[in-house]
Amino acid sequence: MKRRQFIQQTTAATTLLGLGGLTLRSCVPKTKHITILHTNDVHSHIDPFGPNDKRNANKGGVARRATIIEAIRKENPNTLLLDAGDIFQGTPYFNYYGGELEFKLMSMLKYDLATIGNHDFDNGIDGLYAQLPNAEFEFVSANYDFSNTVMDTHVKPYKVLVKDGVRIGIFGLGIQLEGLVDKKMYKETVYHNPIEIAQDMSRILKEEESCDLVICLSHIGYHYKNNPNRVSDLNLAKATKDIDLIIGGHTHTFLPKPTIAKNSIGQNVLVNQVGAYGLYLGRIDFYFEPGQALNSDSTTIIV
Amino acid sequence: MIKNPFLIVLLVGLIISCKEPQRIEGSRIEIDEDIISSLTVEDYMKPYRDHVNNSLDSVISYAPATYSKSDGQLNTAIGNLMADAVYSESNPIFNKRTGKNIDFVLLNHGGIRSIISEGHIKMRTAYEVMPFENSVVVVELKGTQISKMLSYLARAKRAHPVSKHIQITLDENFEVKKALINNKPISEGKTYYLATNDYLYNGGDRMTFFHPNDSLYVLDYKIRSVLIDYFKKVDTINPKIDNRFIKLND
Repeated sequence: MKRRQFIQQTTAATTLLGLGGLTLRSCVPKTKHITILHTNDVHSHIDPFGPNDKRNANKGGVARRATIIEAIRKENPNTLLLDAGDIFQGTPYFNYYGGELEFKLMSMLKYDLATIGNHDFDNGIDGLYAQLPNAEFEFVSANYDFSNTVMDTHVKPYKVLVKDGVRIGIFGLGIQLEGLVDKKMYKETVYHNPIEIAQDMSRILKEEESCDLVICLSHIGYHYKNNPNRVSDLNLAKATKDIDLIIGGHTHTFLPKPTIAKNSIGQNVLVNQVGAYGLYLGRIDFYFEPGQALNSDSTTIIV
Repeated sequence: MIKNPFLIVLLVGLIISCKEPQRIEGSRIEIDEDIISSLTVEDYMKPYRDHVNNSLDSVISYAPATYSKSDGQLNTAIGNLMADAVYSESNPIFNKRTGKNIDFVLLNHGGIRSIISEGHIKMRTAYEVMPFENSVVVVELKGTQISKMLSYLARAKRAHPVSKHIQITLDENFEVKKALINNKPISEGKTYYLATNDYLYNGGDRMTFFHPNDSLYVLDYKIRSVLIDYFKKVDTINPKIDNRFIKLND
């Protein structure tokens, strides 16, 4: 509430300033710098790929990712680290430890938030629940209703994280489970339409939570070439407003750079995904003044 | 809150006078061998990695030769081994639960993900041959659906693994000439218990003939676990290409 009053007052003051023609030479930089780092579909790839791998020889590895993340955090302490789901399944580490090591290492790397992918149900919803004590980060998912499952209260629809006074609202979205995951695995988890939920979430985060930055952490897939109308990150961007960044997963899409999409009112939305297996770390830097719309035409996007 | 309007003007003046253009920068960072691994993370991982590697490197059987899925036309030694192992390891479980027996097994050629190399067979071999989490299901199918399966196999012209309990002969034009299950002709009215994996049951590899069916039994037994259990029982494997699925020459 206080923040809104401040904006209203400054708007009035700006008008005054225009009339009075007051100028000041001294300068105190007010621009905030927020760094968002992200991964998706790491699929238990804890070790780097071996030297004989046909596609990804000597690439990836959690311990290397840790080095990079630490360096970036030193450069900008106002950094968030996010994961867009499918943390589990893909190497024997998952078969031997059920996701324990994945969660423990993500905690060491100080992940802030993750969303839930379809493979995170691979040991059943009880298997996911059993690993929660190893996660020092939280989970967001706005379109999975876990009320009648063991995950109830352990997954929030969204979280608002504050860095350097900047309010960053992050909500999660998951893919339709029916037909993709055995019902006996996800049990009574209820899936809701991601687009309708995202419209609600972006309004809540922008208006009620007064967020300066709204991020969607999605595991619904970037785009489906053979089924272009299927719910996807690109379709989500088009059908919503007030989302600044969509971080995606599921389709293992290796985007060389973020896509600049247009939202329902013609403003820019960034959509990014970094393929899979921890081969890349995505990085988005926001330089902005809280209170100023980020998706306005005056914002330069460099990708 | 600031009550003095002049102070507000002053503050806003400060903000505006040094306003930088807002910008968003996006990039991706490749994680490659030039990045030095964090020692803290490496040390933490080590006991886990050592345990997994020791376990994966443990020897569980022996292969007298190298077996590949490209070794035969319509049946291969490695495919026959997998299908027969699914039968020998799953049927006791199925029989104990239902009192019935599996009639035969069908897997898919694409589901053999690696060769078995001559020499020691390790736990790792089972993970390489079957990296996926697919598990055994038994489907009760009418003879009419079995006929659809035979047409599929004839059209596919691939060495989709079947167990030794079924014998399929195609003529020179890849038409089904003869098919026997446990040495008996297939009866359209009879029902058969076919073991396969959940991926194929759900239409993987376009195997649509599992539906409709009379019943489904989910064994909660991964194909990889089947292989591990089989290898542990057999000192030296000895799979052979045989006549279970063949095509007559011109």
